[in-house]
Amino acid sequence: MSILVNKDTKVIVQGFTGGEGTFHAEQCMAYGTQIVGGVTPNKGGMEHLGKPVFNTVQEAVDATGATVSMVFVPPAFVGDAVMEAAEAGIELAVIITEGAPVKDMQAAKAHATKHGMMTIGPNCPGVITAQECKIGIMPGSIFKKGNVGLISKSGTLTYEGANQVCNEGYGITTAVGIGGDPIIGLSYKQILPMFEADPETEAIVMIGEIGGDLEIQAAKLIKEQITKPVVAFIAGQTAPKGKTMGHAGAIVSGSAGTAKEKMEALEAVGVKVVVSPAEIGKAIAEVLKK
Amino acid sequence: MNVHEYQAKQIFKKYDIPTPKGKLALSVDEAVENAKELGGPIWVVKAQIHAGGRGLGGGVKLAKSLDEVRELADEILGMTLVTHQTGPEGKLVQKLYIEDGADIKDELYLSVVLDRKLEMPLIMASTEGGMDIETVAEKTPEKIITVPVDPAIGFQGFHGRKLAFGLGITDKGEQKNIITFAKKLYQLYMDNDAEMIEINPLVKTGSGEFIALDGKMGFDNSALGRQPEIAAMRDLSEEDPDEVEAAKYGLSYVALDGEIGCMVNGAGLAMGTMDTINHMGGTPANFLDVGGSANAETVAKGFEIILKNPNVKAIFVNIFGGIVRCDRIANGILEATKITDVNVPVIVRLDGTNAPEAAVILQNANIKNIIVGDDLGDGAMKAVKAAKGEI
Repeated sequence: MSILVNKDTKVIVQGFTGGEGTFHAEQCMAYGTQIVGGVTPNKGGMEHLGKPVFNTVQEAVDATGATVSMVFVPPAFVGDAVMEAAEAGIELAVIITEGAPVKDMQAAKAHATKHGMMTIGPNCPGVITAQECKIGIMPGSIFKKGNVGLISKSGTLTYEGANQVCNEGYGITTAVGIGGDPIIGLSYKQILPMFEADPETEAIVMIGEIGGDLEIQAAKLIKEQITKPVVAFIAGQTAPKGKTMGHAGAIVSGSAGTAKEKMEALEAVGVKVVVSPAEIGKAIAEVLKK
Repeated sequence: MNVHEYQAKQIFKKYDIPTPKGKLALSVDEAVENAKELGGPIWVVKAQIHAGGRGLGGGVKLAKSLDEVRELADEILGMTLVTHQTGPEGKLVQKLYIEDGADIKDELYLSVVLDRKLEMPLIMASTEGGMDIETVAEKTPEKIITVPVDPAIGFQGFHGRKLAFGLGITDKGEQKNIITFAKKLYQLYMDNDAEMIEINPLVKTGSGEFIALDGKMGFDNSALGRQPEIAAMRDLSEEDPDEVEAAKYGLSYVALDGEIGCMVNGAGLAMGTMDTINHMGGTPANFLDVGGSANAETVAKGFEIILKNPNVKAIFVNIFGGIVRCDRIANGILEATKITDVNVPVIVRLDGTNAPEAAVILQNANIKNIIVGDDLGDGAMKAVKAAKGEI
C-alpha cells in the first residue's frame, strides 16, 4: 500500500515533448512509472519516447485512461494547462513547473477544486511511491521501500530526509513534495490523513518552512486525527524577517510564519520536532523503536 | 518586486484613484521648483526608499514655505534613513517626492493582500490609519475589517457594503466614495499581478472624499514577464547589489551577519543548513541556493560573492545531488579554487547522485583548504570548528 500513486497509476505528461518534459518522463519510465502518453498542442499524432502524443488532455484521457498528469508546461501557460486537465477528468495533477504567476495558480486551483481534481505543487519535486511509481524530478534511487511516509515543502530536504530514513535501515512508503509557493495544492492537511489511513505507513516525516500557516493548521489536525508518530523539521529558524528565502512563500512577515511559532505548535501536539534536518533519520529510528 | 511611493501613485492615477498632487525630485533645486509648480501653501517633502516607517525615521516632513521646502529637501536628500524596516544600516535617500498638503479629516487604513489560507485576495481596512497595521492587529484586532474577494465573481456590491459599514461610514455619499475607491483598488491589484497594495493612511477629507496619502505596492516576480510597465519600474539601487549580481547567475543569495558562508542546492536545504550551523554553535554568513543547474561557473561565482563578505571564516558547501550531479559540483569547486582565491577552509559535503565519484575527484585534487564532510551534521560541525580555528 501507499498513498496517491502506485505501480498501476496511468500517467500522462503535459509539456511532454519539451526538454524538461522529455528528460524527466524518460527518468520516470526507467523507474517503472506507467507513462501512457503526453500532450503537446500541435504535435498530436506523433510518437515520443515510444508513447502517443495528443493535442488536448481530453483526447489523451479518452485514449489512454490516464488519471494523473505530470505538468512541465512553462510558467506562463501552466494555469491554463492545469484547468484543462481538471475539465478532462484527470484526478491528480502534479505540477513541477517553477515560477508560475500566483494569480494563475489561484484560478487554476479553484477550478481544479470545482472539478474534483487534486493538485500537487507547483514548484515541487513531485510524488514518489518507493520502487513503484515516480512522478516528478526526484532522484529515484534514494527512495527505498519501507514504512515511513514523507511530506515536505522543500525538494532537497525531501531527498535529505528520505536518505537519512533509508540509512537508518527504514524506508519510504510515499514521499510527497508539496512545494513552497504561496498557493499550493495538496498540503499537510490532506496528506497526513492519507498516511494515517495507509496500513503500511507507520511513521510520518513532515518537513515545513517559514511563511504562511500550513504547519499550524497541520498541528491542529494532528491533534485531532493522527495517531501515528510524526517527526517534524521546520526550515528557516535563522532566517531574517521580511526576506524571501528562495521559495516565494518562505517569508516571515511580522510575528507570523516564524519557525519558532510552528515548532512550538507541533511540539504541543506531541510531534517530535528536530532542530536540524541532520537529526531526521535518528528521530524516526527513535519513534519506530518505541 | 516593490516600487516607490511616487510610482505607486502613478499607477493609482491610471486607475483614477485620488492622490494628492505631487512630483518627483532628484535634487534640492528640483524640489523647490516642484513646490512652486504645485502652489502650496503647504507641502510634504517625502524620502523615496523601499521601506515603511519613513515618517518616524525623519524622512517625511511638512513645509510651510518654499524656504522650508529647500531646507528640508537639503536635509532629507542624501541622508541615510533608518526605519524599523531598513535594518540598522538604513537606506540612502536618492529621490524625493514633493506633494501638496492634504485636508485631513480622518485617517484610515486600506490594503489588498493575498490571503494564503482562503487562497484569494483580501481587502483589509481599519479606522486606525497612520498606525503600523501589525500593531493594530495585535492590540485591537476587532478594529480590522477583512473582506475576501473571490476572483471568480469579482468585486461585488456586498463586498463594498461590508467594508463601508465595517468602517462605520454612515453618510451615503461617503459610502459611495469608499466603495468606488476599493473597487478600483481591487481591479488594480488583479490587473497588475500585485502581491500587496497598502494605503496608510487613506485620508478622508472635509468634503468626504477619500485620498491615498501614501502608497506601497509589491508585485509577483513570477508575473513580471507579462507586466512590462511594472517591470520597468524596478529600481536596482534599492536592492542589495550582491543579491542582484547573484540573481544574474541563477543564484538566490541573502546576506546575513554570521561567519560561515553557505553554498547549498535548494531553498529548503539552504535554510536547513543555516539552522544546523546555528544549532551547532556557529553563525551563517548568508543564504545561498545554487539552484538546480549548478556548474563550475555558478559555483565559482558563488564563492566570489561569499568571499566578498569580510566576516566569512569558513565556507560550507552542502549539496544533495538529485538532478544536480555531485561530480560536476566537485569539478566546479576545483575550477572555482583556480579562478577565485579561496583563502578560508571549505567544508564540502556531497551526497546523492554520483557522490562517490565526487569524493574521488576531491581526494585526488588534494587541495589543503578543502575538508570533506561525511553528512549534513558532520559537515556543519566541521564548518563550525573551522570558523573557530579549531581545525
